[in-house]
Amino acid sequence: MSLSQIFDIAGSGMSAQSIRLNTTASNIANAETASSSTGDVYRARKPVFAAVQQDVLRQAMGADFMQETPESTGVAVKGIVESDAPLEMRYQPDHPQANEQGYVFYPNVNVVEEMADMMSASRSFQTNVEIMDAAKTMMQRLLTLGQ
Amino acid sequence: MNISFSNALGIHEQALELRTKRAEVLANNIANADTPGFKARDIDFYALLKQEKQGLAAGDSLEMARTNGKHLPVSQDLLASDQLLYRTPSQPSIDGNTVDSQTEKAEFMKNTLQYQSSFQFLSSRFKSLTNAIKGE
Repeated sequence: MSLSQIFDIAGSGMSAQSIRLNTTASNIANAETASSSTGDVYRARKPVFAAVQQDVLRQAMGADFMQETPESTGVAVKGIVESDAPLEMRYQPDHPQANEQGYVFYPNVNVVEEMADMMSASRSFQTNVEIMDAAKTMMQRLLTLGQ
Repeated sequence: MNISFSNALGIHEQALELRTKRAEVLANNIANADTPGFKARDIDFYALLKQEKQGLAAGDSLEMARTNGKHLPVSQDLLASDQLLYRTPSQPSIDGNTVDSQTEKAEFMKNTLQYQSSFQFLSSRFKSLTNAIKGE
């Protein structure tokens, strides 16, 4: 029954959005983490989303004689990439982590962008929850067939 | 007089199956609302149902003929991949994603309601069959 597949799809959407929310939380928490060198400084992290292809799944299940379907089932996080946007350099000679020139490096986190990302992620998560809820109702109704 | 299930249940069985499939496709669109390059897909429900109905009326579905005993049966998928269409985007985003969350959600809810009505029809068919069997 393909109704149960909706649970997997919405579940993958929910986990992808929670990873996105997680990176956002990490970015905001580390927005003011100073460092004395460009190598050590925290960089904004972003997840990369990609659609899960069904034929890959089917091959894994050993049913490779089935017809090839280019439709996808769910979303997956391919990885988390660090932003290469320019770092923020502040002149703070009194800072304990200042380098010889008196500069401190701050992460390239754009807090406003992160807040917008957070809202988008939580809304998408909510939508996926509602889809799962609707699928649950549909399945429960199906169980009452013929009663 | 013989009672045939396919005659008694009519088109509602196929309709329910198509609705389930469509719910899956729409759920996938919503899950991929933030995936770069993802294209929203949908089913032309009426075209598919019409095709199925014609198959029912002709007495045979679109099953492939097996002329040799060694032929593998082709799984009769109600929805082949070429029947899955791409949605025309109303406001495509710069990353190539064509999912419009509002449209998809509205379609999903509409589909859920239509699923419920199909279900109701099917359920009442079963009820009338039970009545006929009991003869009350």
